[in-house]
Amino acid sequence: MTNLMVDAQQVHKSFGPVQVLKGIDFQVAPGQVVCLLGPSGSGKSTFLRCINHLEKINAGRLFVDGELVGYRQQGDKLHELSEKDVAKKRTEIGMVFQHFNLFPHMTAIGNIMEAPLLVKNEPKVEVRQRATELLAKVGLGDKASAYPRQLSGGQQQRVAIARALAMRPKLMLFDEPTSALDPELVGDVLAVMKDLASTGMTMIVVTHEIGFAREVADTVVFMDGGVVVEQGPPSEIIANPRHERTKAFLSQVL
Amino acid sequence: MIAVLVAMLVHMLFTNPNLEWPTVRKYLFSNIILRGVWMTIKLTILSMAIGIVLGTLAAVMRLSENPVVKGAAWLYVWFFRGTPLLVQIVFWFSIHLLFKTLAFGIPFGPHFAGENTNNLIPLFTSALLALSLNEGAYMSEIVRAGILSVDEGQSEAAHALGMTKTQTMRRIVLPQAMRVIVPPTGNETNSMLKSTSLVSTIGIFELLRSAQAIYNNNYKTIPLLIVAVIWYLAMTSILQVGQFYLERHYGRGSTRTVPLTPVQKAKLLFSSVQNRGSHP
Repeated sequence: MTNLMVDAQQVHKSFGPVQVLKGIDFQVAPGQVVCLLGPSGSGKSTFLRCINHLEKINAGRLFVDGELVGYRQQGDKLHELSEKDVAKKRTEIGMVFQHFNLFPHMTAIGNIMEAPLLVKNEPKVEVRQRATELLAKVGLGDKASAYPRQLSGGQQQRVAIARALAMRPKLMLFDEPTSALDPELVGDVLAVMKDLASTGMTMIVVTHEIGFAREVADTVVFMDGGVVVEQGPPSEIIANPRHERTKAFLSQVL
Repeated sequence: MIAVLVAMLVHMLFTNPNLEWPTVRKYLFSNIILRGVWMTIKLTILSMAIGIVLGTLAAVMRLSENPVVKGAAWLYVWFFRGTPLLVQIVFWFSIHLLFKTLAFGIPFGPHFAGENTNNLIPLFTSALLALSLNEGAYMSEIVRAGILSVDEGQSEAAHALGMTKTQTMRRIVLPQAMRVIVPPTGNETNSMLKSTSLVSTIGIFELLRSAQAIYNNNYKTIPLLIVAVIWYLAMTSILQVGQFYLERHYGRGSTRTVPLTPVQKAKLLFSSVQNRGSHP
């Protein structure tokens, strides 16, 4: 395979009779930051969830780091992988959710340590050290023993980012990471993401933060109605959109 | 009005000679009663333990995508929740009338090692089977409600981190479901403690049967029933204390403040008294 981090070819996805993705073609090179923009219902979150097989695709091919996600190909046929193999593939892909989804019965550091201990069986001392470093990196070094309920939304989201990073993923998916936050808390989360981008992490970010896209993204992808309408560097897409739909969307959010 | 009724009750408790408090005192810690109490405790703990395991299993099966697995669990709950416990107890007691021997072998074909059902399922086992199978059916609904109460985003986050379904259930979903599961389970344990009295009908010497055995001899029915009542109340009260600590444990992270234990409350009271003393 090529050395693309993500390679989507004609990805289709339906929920019952409703076709949500109508043939998505999409490539991300390692180290790239891609922002997915588009009106709600355009399929961008669904597409993101297909990348780590939280949603099964109905047609097309989706590769992460050269391997099919969720399936193995035999001749012309695709066979869904066993649950264990799907889980294994997911360890390479970190995901951050709109509503954080921290585990409320575990402390901040417990949240971060859980998967490396349980899934990868890494030594506890090492994991604790890494978790402590990650917490410090997201600016929450003093919140290790706080439960999610005791943290603000922005702090919870930063713990969630640290939790995903603890698995040392090759790729990070962000599903509207700041949409559920109070406006004054958005900045801290975006700052952490900006830091992460500067370390060379491959990131795909579904977002409404045009400023972030303009500043951090290498590529901006505009989706509408289940298809990619246009993509390119932010200077092109955001400053001089060519399609009417992109123009209409940007005029509303800018 | 209520005060008057309570006063009358208390008056009766002290003055009615038929209560025979000395007889109550005599039998409260007698050997046969203590053995009955122990049997009741044993049956309660074992039936609840098996019932919780069965119930959890059935609940997870009910939530499976496989229709056969799902159907089997549904059938189990339907049957054991749909028939009276007393009928089930008598049924397990009489199982030898249905199957004379239990044996390993080829279905519908020859069998190898076999054993008389009566020897295989002694009295205690049939009581345990009846109580725990029935309990499992109720527990499965409780556990299922608990699992469903956990936000779907929790499993998604766990799966996204690479956890398998089993790992997710064990480490993420069930611990959170416990907050919903524990209170009704406490209720079930309480109820089980009392339901064990039903197996007195098949001749198990638990608390009630032991009391009956004594009053069948000496006709001191009321005092011995009071002995049983005192023990039942004592045991259910202890359960309540246990439940408090269990709920407190699983409430971690779900509330900003956990309720204080009695010991903590006492300490707090003591320290505030001290503080008041030092700042006159």
